[in-house]
Amino acid sequence: MTDAVTACDLGKSYPGGVRALDGLSLTVRAGEVFGLLGPNGAGKSTTVKILTTLARPDSGTATVAGHDVLRHPDRVRRAIGVVAQRSGLDPMASGRDNLTLQGRLFGVRGRALHTRVGELLERFDLTGAAGRAVRGWSGGMQRRLDVAMALVHRPEVLFLDEPTTGLDPEVRGAMWAEIGRLATEESMAILLTTHYLDEADRLAARLAIVDGGRIVAEGTPTELKGELRGDAVHLELEKAADEPQARQAIGTVTRLREVSFDGRLLSARADDGAAAVPAALAALESAGVGVATVTVARPSLDDVYLRHAGRRFAA
Amino acid sequence: MTTFVSHTFWMTNRRLKVLVKQPAFVLILLVQPAIWLFLFGNLFRRVVELPGFGAASYLDYLIPGVVVMTAVSSNMWAGMGMLEEIERGTMNRLLTTPVARSAIMNAAVVEQALSTTVQVVAIILLGLVAGAEYPGGPAGLTVLTVAAILLGTIFSALSNTIGMLARQRETIIGINSMLLLPLTFLSSAFMAETLMPEWMRTVAAANPVNWALDAARAAMSADPEWGTVLIRGGWLLAAAVAMLLLSTRTFRAYQKSV
Repeated sequence: MTDAVTACDLGKSYPGGVRALDGLSLTVRAGEVFGLLGPNGAGKSTTVKILTTLARPDSGTATVAGHDVLRHPDRVRRAIGVVAQRSGLDPMASGRDNLTLQGRLFGVRGRALHTRVGELLERFDLTGAAGRAVRGWSGGMQRRLDVAMALVHRPEVLFLDEPTTGLDPEVRGAMWAEIGRLATEESMAILLTTHYLDEADRLAARLAIVDGGRIVAEGTPTELKGELRGDAVHLELEKAADEPQARQAIGTVTRLREVSFDGRLLSARADDGAAAVPAALAALESAGVGVATVTVARPSLDDVYLRHAGRRFAA
Repeated sequence: MTTFVSHTFWMTNRRLKVLVKQPAFVLILLVQPAIWLFLFGNLFRRVVELPGFGAASYLDYLIPGVVVMTAVSSNMWAGMGMLEEIERGTMNRLLTTPVARSAIMNAAVVEQALSTTVQVVAIILLGLVAGAEYPGGPAGLTVLTVAAILLGTIFSALSNTIGMLARQRETIIGINSMLLLPLTFLSSAFMAETLMPEWMRTVAAANPVNWALDAARAAMSADPEWGTVLIRGGWLLAAAVAMLLLSTRTFRAYQKSV
C-alpha cells in the first residue's frame, strides 16, 4: 500500500523574505492519524497548503494519495478532504445547501448525493439546523459542518488544520471524539496540525514536531517521550525499616536505573515505567517488602519539545 | 467541458441564492439607475436644443447612457465579493476541490450579467413610463442589453483581477472612484459626440463604454446601422473574453502568495 502523504525537502519563502519552510520532509502512512505539532508560524499551515494544492513550494516534491501535488493537482484534489483554519462556509446558505454544493463539485449527484448529505447531517448531529443559514449557527456546529463538508466525497486523505483552535473545551472534547472515530471507522489517513500538546498526544498515532520550517523530531508520542531519560518511578515503602532489603531487591531489577532512597521513598528512572513497575513490585514482594503507593510520571511532549527546539513550547 | 459548464452553473447558482436573500440590496440595484435617470434627465433636458446635438428627445438619448453607466458602476464592485470570499476562507475551500478555476471567475461574472440584465430591463421600462420611445424596437433593446452585459463583464472581470492581485478593498475603491466618472463622461453617454472637444472624441474612441453606446445607439435608431453594431459589439466581446482570461490567470499569482 502506498503512503498517504510523502513530502520531500519542501522549501517555501513568502514575499518579504519570510522562510516558511526550510527542507521539511514527512511521511503519513495509509490509514494513520499523523500529527504535525508546532507553535504558530512554525510552518504547519504552509505544509498543509502545499499538500492540498493551494500553494506551490519553491523547492522539493510531495505526493498525496500517490499523486504528485505539482504535476497532478486535480487528482490530488479529488482524493482529499480539507478542514482549514478558516472555515469557508457560505454564511448565507443553509447547512444542507453548503454540503450539497460541496458534493456536486466533487461530482457526487442525484440520489447518492441526497443520501450522503442526509447521512452526514445525521452523523454530525446537524439535521435539526440543516435548513437554516449557517451564519446563525454556533461555532461548534459550524466546525462540525466543516468536517462534514470535507467528508462528503469520501476522501482517501483528510487534512485537519488546527481543527479545534478557538473552540471551547467541551466542544473540543466532542471534536476529539469525532476525529478518533473517523480514524478507526473510516480507515482514512488523517494529517492533523495542532498547537495543542494534549491534542497531538491524544489523537496522533505518530507525530512530528515542526520548528522553523523543518521537522525537529518524529515518532509515536510514546517513542518521542521515551527518547528522554525515561519515566520517573516513585515507590513508597510501608516501613522505612525495610530499606536494606528493598535496596537489595531493587538492585536485581534491570529495567530501573538511577535508584535513590529518601526515607521510605524510592525513586528511579525507567525507559518504560509501566513495564518496570510490575518487575519492581515482584522483586520487592519476594523480598517481603510492603509497598504503600506507586507512581509513574511520564515525560510530557512539552519535555520533548524543550529538548528538540531548545525552548519551552509556547502556542 | 461538461464539468466546466456544470461547475459554472452550480457556482452561479450558489451566488444567486445569496443574492435573492438580500432583497434590500436588489432594491438598491433598481433604485440607483432610476435616480440617475431622473437627475440627468432633468438637469440636461435642454441640451438637445444645442445646434448639432442631433436628437429630438433627451430622454430617448439618455436611456442608453444611464444603461451603460449602471452596467459599469455595478459591475466594477465585483472584486469586493471576491475579496470577501478570500477573507472568509471560501476561496481556499473551493480551490482545494476539483472545481474548474475558470468556473469560479465565470460564476462571478454570470451573476453580474444577470443582475445587469434586470437593471437594464428596469431602466427600459422606467423609460417607457416616462414617455421614452424606442424606434429600434425589440432588436435595438436586445442589442442595448447585450452591450451592457458585455461592458459589465469587462469591468467585473477587471475588478475580480484587481481583487485577487491587490487583495485590498481600498485598491478597488480607489480605482473605481477614479474610473467611473471619466469613463462615463469620456463617452457619448450624456453628450453627443459631435459636440465634444476633439481630444475627448479621440479618447472616447478607445473607451469600451463608448463602444457599448455606439453599438446600442446604432441598433436603437429608426434606421439601424448593423455594421456599426457588429464592429463595436465585436470589440466589446473581444475585450470581455480577454479580461475573463486574465482574471482566471490571477489564480496562479494567488497560489504563489497564499
